[in-house]
Amino acid sequence: MKRIAAVTAAVVVAVTTALLLPASAAARQSDPVRLLTHESFAVSQDVLDAFTVETGYPVVILTGGDAGQIVNQAILAAGNPVADVLFGVDTTFLSRALDGGVFEAYESPGLDVVPPGLRADPRVTPIDVGDVCLNYDKAAFVTVPPPQTLDDLTDPAYAGMLVVENPATSSPGLAFLLATIARFGESGDYTWQDYWADLRRNGVAVTQGWEEAYYGSFSGGSGEGDRPLVVSYASSPAAEVVFATEPTATAPTGVITDGCFHQVEYAGILAGTTNRAGAEALIDFMLSDAFQEDVPLNMFVFPASTEARLPDVFVAHAAVPAEPETVAPAAIEQNRERWVDEWTAIVLRDPSGTRWGVIGASIAAVAVLAFGGWRFRRRRR
Amino acid sequence: MSRPRPGRWALAALPLSFLGVFFLWPLVSIVWTGLAPGGVFDPSAFGKVLGNGSLLDVVWFTLWQATLSTALTLVVALPGAYVFARYDFPGKRLLRAAATIPFVLPTMVAGTAFLALIGPNGALGVRLDGTVTAILLAHVFFNYAVVLRTVGGLWSHLDPRLEEAARALGASRWRTFTSVTLPLLRPAIAAAASIVFLFTFTSFGIVLILGGAGLATLEVEIYRQTSTLFDLPVAAVLAILQLVGVTAVLLAYSRYQERNAVEQSLRPAAETSRRPRGARERVMVGGVLSSMALLLGAPPTVLVQRSLSTGDGWGLGFYRALGEQGRTAAQFVDAGEAVRNSLGFAVAATVIALVIGLTAAAVVSAGRGRSSRWFDSLLMLPLGTSAVTIGFGFIVALDAPVDLRASAWLIPLAHSLVAIPFVVRSVVPVMRSVRARLREAAAVLGASPRRVWREIDLPIVSRAAAVGAGFAMAVSLGEFGATAFVARPDTPTMPVAIFRYLGRPGEINFGRAMAMSVILMVVTAAAVALIERFRAPGLGEF
Repeated sequence: MKRIAAVTAAVVVAVTTALLLPASAAARQSDPVRLLTHESFAVSQDVLDAFTVETGYPVVILTGGDAGQIVNQAILAAGNPVADVLFGVDTTFLSRALDGGVFEAYESPGLDVVPPGLRADPRVTPIDVGDVCLNYDKAAFVTVPPPQTLDDLTDPAYAGMLVVENPATSSPGLAFLLATIARFGESGDYTWQDYWADLRRNGVAVTQGWEEAYYGSFSGGSGEGDRPLVVSYASSPAAEVVFATEPTATAPTGVITDGCFHQVEYAGILAGTTNRAGAEALIDFMLSDAFQEDVPLNMFVFPASTEARLPDVFVAHAAVPAEPETVAPAAIEQNRERWVDEWTAIVLRDPSGTRWGVIGASIAAVAVLAFGGWRFRRRRR
Repeated sequence: MSRPRPGRWALAALPLSFLGVFFLWPLVSIVWTGLAPGGVFDPSAFGKVLGNGSLLDVVWFTLWQATLSTALTLVVALPGAYVFARYDFPGKRLLRAAATIPFVLPTMVAGTAFLALIGPNGALGVRLDGTVTAILLAHVFFNYAVVLRTVGGLWSHLDPRLEEAARALGASRWRTFTSVTLPLLRPAIAAAASIVFLFTFTSFGIVLILGGAGLATLEVEIYRQTSTLFDLPVAAVLAILQLVGVTAVLLAYSRYQERNAVEQSLRPAAETSRRPRGARERVMVGGVLSSMALLLGAPPTVLVQRSLSTGDGWGLGFYRALGEQGRTAAQFVDAGEAVRNSLGFAVAATVIALVIGLTAAAVVSAGRGRSSRWFDSLLMLPLGTSAVTIGFGFIVALDAPVDLRASAWLIPLAHSLVAIPFVVRSVVPVMRSVRARLREAAAVLGASPRRVWREIDLPIVSRAAAVGAGFAMAVSLGEFGATAFVARPDTPTMPVAIFRYLGRPGEINFGRAMAMSVILMVVTAAAVALIERFRAPGLGEF
């Protein structure tokens, strides 16, 4: 009796599987791959279409803020992800994503085009690399030479010239802080804290985001401000040439290759994906020459692949720092809050804040009293 | 009016369940995730916040800058509301629509415009960036329209004969204003003030851009704790603090509103306004309008000027650059697609906000008492809740039974959360002021309740609803709320496109951002103006 039941069950399972398998395989083939990424992601439509033609997977792109935000979203949804692949986790957030259990391991067969030094963990695949570097306004440094090193920035000759982004709110701002920490260290005669105290003394300006620093405060290229030194990217001069209003052969801005922070951007398969095969295909594709050669002019970073050819404008205008600074992802995650807090205390601690509080409070109090008096008078009438 | 109608709470079910699913549930989920890591409640984050001097400074700064901003906005905008309510002048409708533009400008764009005026190399020659003054100025700029439309809406229907009677009895202008006009206007002034307070209390982009790096509101700090540091416990405590503050203000507001509700006979707007007579009135109207144009017009003018200045001259080059088709390396957002997406989301958000908001307004205006007060405050709460909290709440909460986390529907739904308070606030004062006697008279004459609603309430309410719809449209076009913090299908809207252009170096990108901002301003003004005209024919203004 038991045996008959077991045989029947086996037959039922086998028949059902046989009936469903072709259908579900076909369905899986056309299931879209969902890619969760940040707002700076961009890819040419024809390149993306080629992927779909080649593999049969349409791609659905989901954008969700900046690199930190998509990592946080992925952690909050860990195990039940909104997408299949996440692209855009960088050196500064890698450790958080890995600790958050966001990714499934995957080793792409295309990984051999990537230098071994870029591979950080079997769960993520390096896709592109970029450097956060100081940019300078060429027009402002005709008689005086531009600074050459991080140390030069504390020289009174460059007083009031630098604008940086707040590391608490900006990704290039954090990268530059990390570069100074890597360079000057936390112990010794001259620490990164001493360096920033000197920068403050030399009149460094701070904005909350890259846009306000580059377009609002920087004087070079498309900047509208009055400071000739800004924290931006090694590729920014190339972007100035590509997006110039009049075709030009020379960039209006230059890169200071000392004190750059090297960042790698990774992609990974989100744990719990419903389309593992499609996710693998997409990551393989992101390492292909077609995608890698599309990366520079879309996202203004360098391809991770050594095989990809660079566009001419990148060869001519984007800088490649010889010895960029970097900090291990685990150390960043462990110390980020303390470093940012210390930086805030050194650079932004503002005695006038209290004064404004007092002024504001008195005005508010007067307003309340006036209003109260007015009502009181009305009551009495 | 105070007679509770049966079925009122049945009517309340719709807005309650909407807010429950799309607001309260995400909010509670994310706060619980923060306070109970691993499912066990851990109160230590409260101690961490209350023992941290710089976090307490943030709370204090948030409170006083919002109070001051609200007071300033009222002082600056009330004369404008008066002129728009009482006088006719050429181009009035166009001006009123244009005055809404600042309200919808994405803060990043308006921030850039302000920097061009009062930042380094500023056109005005004074540097105010990084100061509280800049923040206050920008708050007045952004919220002027709220006062103009909310207070002006009621003012234009006040019976001028009351003021005339007071004047005839010998009261001075000032006395007439403080003893007659102001008390009648109080519901609308309180409504506007509560909205402005909530907006400035949760100010984010303005403080980030113009406050420099040294000033932070609770909203900015919650963003920093959530996004950069991923310290959900501290973020949860700060979110609770913000909610407590907002709820206290809202409850005080609705108590006040209830005690001061006045039934009055409203007049058609056309009857209450006239052309300015005599030199004195003309100078006054001209003065108010030109100072308004200066305050509200300068930043948009800078945007227009920048969108047209292409390198060595003037031209439409940046607008043409927007027109390039397809998604290539040089063209990472399709501008036409962005405009279409924005309009589509705005229409959807406005419809949702009107359906939920009008239902809710009917419930609020029909009732008194504690439950009604709480209901009213609940409706307003999304305005005063941190957008990043709600955004992350969506991710935690909206995965079942239907996975809405990455759905395009989430965008208009999130916009409508912010838009509903505007619909409610625009409609409730008018609904409350509809004289019960009018309804009773209609009922006595044999009209069915439905007919009373159609013939008495609807005509009176429709204009206020149009004002609310204009706000809803504007809120959605300007992308207020949580959408910046949730994963969304790659359907770029105008503000998203501007954000992406501004994210890259290069003159063309900056120019395209400016051109797109101008298009956003024009589209918004057109949409708002269209809604204002859209009133059922034959109803007139009442």
